[in-house]
Amino acid sequence: MNKAKKLLYSQKIAPYVFVLPFILSLLIFWLYPLVTGITMSFQDVTFGGKAWIGTAHYAKLAGDKFFKIAVLNSVEYMALTLLLMVPIPMLLAVLMESRLTKARGVWKVIMYVPALTSVVISGLLFRLMFSEGVNGQMNVIMAAFGKPAQAWLKSKGTGWCALLLLCVWRWTGVNMLYYVAGLKAIDTSLYESGDIDGANGWQKFRYITIPLLKPTTVYVITISVFAGLSMFLESFMIWNGNSSPKNIGLTIVGYLYKRGIEKNDMGYACAVGVILMVIALAINFAQLLATGTFSLKKKKGE
Amino acid sequence: MAKNTSTPNQKTMAANHKVGTAVATGLFAFLCAFIAFPLVCGLLGSFRDGQKVITTGMSLDLHSPVSLQNYRELFAKFAPSGMTDDVILNSQKYFMWYKNSLILTLTTVVLTLLVCYFIAYGLTMYKYKLQGFLFFMVIATMSVPFEILMLPLYQEITTLGIINTNAGVILPGLCAAGTIFFFKQYMTSLPKELLDAGRVDGCTEYGIAVKIMMPITKPAFASQAIMCAMGSWNNMLWPMLVYRDTNKFTLQIGLNTLLTPYGNNYNLLIAGSMFGILPILVIYLIFNRYLVEGMTSGAVKG
Repeated sequence: MNKAKKLLYSQKIAPYVFVLPFILSLLIFWLYPLVTGITMSFQDVTFGGKAWIGTAHYAKLAGDKFFKIAVLNSVEYMALTLLLMVPIPMLLAVLMESRLTKARGVWKVIMYVPALTSVVISGLLFRLMFSEGVNGQMNVIMAAFGKPAQAWLKSKGTGWCALLLLCVWRWTGVNMLYYVAGLKAIDTSLYESGDIDGANGWQKFRYITIPLLKPTTVYVITISVFAGLSMFLESFMIWNGNSSPKNIGLTIVGYLYKRGIEKNDMGYACAVGVILMVIALAINFAQLLATGTFSLKKKKGE
Repeated sequence: MAKNTSTPNQKTMAANHKVGTAVATGLFAFLCAFIAFPLVCGLLGSFRDGQKVITTGMSLDLHSPVSLQNYRELFAKFAPSGMTDDVILNSQKYFMWYKNSLILTLTTVVLTLLVCYFIAYGLTMYKYKLQGFLFFMVIATMSVPFEILMLPLYQEITTLGIINTNAGVILPGLCAAGTIFFFKQYMTSLPKELLDAGRVDGCTEYGIAVKIMMPITKPAFASQAIMCAMGSWNNMLWPMLVYRDTNKFTLQIGLNTLLTPYGNNYNLLIAGSMFGILPILVIYLIFNRYLVEGMTSGAVKG
């Protein structure tokens, strides 16, 4: 008894006691669902039980036209958000931290506010701004130009404007603050030596700022890839539920939700989830290779 | 010679700087107006007839009728005189969701922070065999989107009998990798000599973690508390799966149910949405300094 207590309080056992919740959580709420998810994707899951059906779900997915729409939508959304949510926040952060901008504190506080709103509330606001009704802000603008009211959310082009604008509105400030933090970590003496060497503003940005912001860029790209590929609730709110006209708002997670929760076809939905994971990991792996994150350690070792 | 040329040069530079300042500051002022716009629309809309707002959009026309009716209905629970039973019932429902969200958020924040602190402590303060592997697993859990685990987790929670409970919502996310990561980053910079000093003074390993190290980790707690509160208050997808009873819903799920065209709850929806941003906005405005520290820690170090 006493011995056991002594052991429990020893420096050898204590760290394991500290990390025990993580180990349990890892096994119960991460590894177990991950493994069941993958195994269920090879099973037919019904109320009665589970039956192995091999790769039948994947074969069906290959020919599933809704799944194809969902994958294309998710990848397109991810690509567009990457185009919008990496360079613009970076430039804004540089401008924000330049000596030119006054009242920085105020702008920073305001620009973060949209991220505080939930998807439900911000989605509702954007849905109403893009409303078909005459009082929707977009239609008010149309009326000012003498054009008739439009059904903005019924076609992909304009509907996606609402979707992307919602994303830009909510996350530009957040990504900008990531870059602001990245900029603060850059040694100012580098810019001074740039000045001495006669570098102009663009050259300093190109050869000092961008390379030294790389860790931030890698981080922002990584979270944007995940967020973009697994986008669901934004579309769910803009189109009031999981059924948009002609499936213009159908995403991979939306399809997973539809199959798994609404139609209770867990096996098939898990196969969708596995494909999502493969796509997400592949893109991030490619990204880390392309940005050379893996080779960083090598360089340090030399 | 040099003196003669420098004067006009300085003048143009000063003029350029002034123009630059005006342009940069103006740009951020414009961006902040763009950011405030949807929220202002929503706020104005909340003083107008809900049915009309949902069907025709949020009018910015200052001549159209404005009333406090929506808010009177929202708070009907507290001032029931002259209200129909339906309205009072709805108001009671709304504040039940509000209370549920507050309780859930508070519990989540306290539990998550404590558990993650101890895990990070165990990962940082000792040297042992599994340390590197466990930290790698923290990163690994971050690189699998939650949406993939969602369905198997849903089944697991059902089997464990904690569906429709707060435990079902909180437990799977308790060991939040991002929070552990942040605490670990923070603790790495703390002096480890304090541990030995504590040991000499006769403190146990657990006593050191609680009495000596926890107080000096306060800033990390502050920033993570806000991040965690935001995430929990606005969380939607997972709680939507776990809660089955209307009287257990969180505010976000509840608001979403008000969107159905069947019940005429639009007054409540629009006023309730605006009132639903309030708690997190207040916390943000008080603690926003800590929040910026919290969110940027991962980005800088990459």
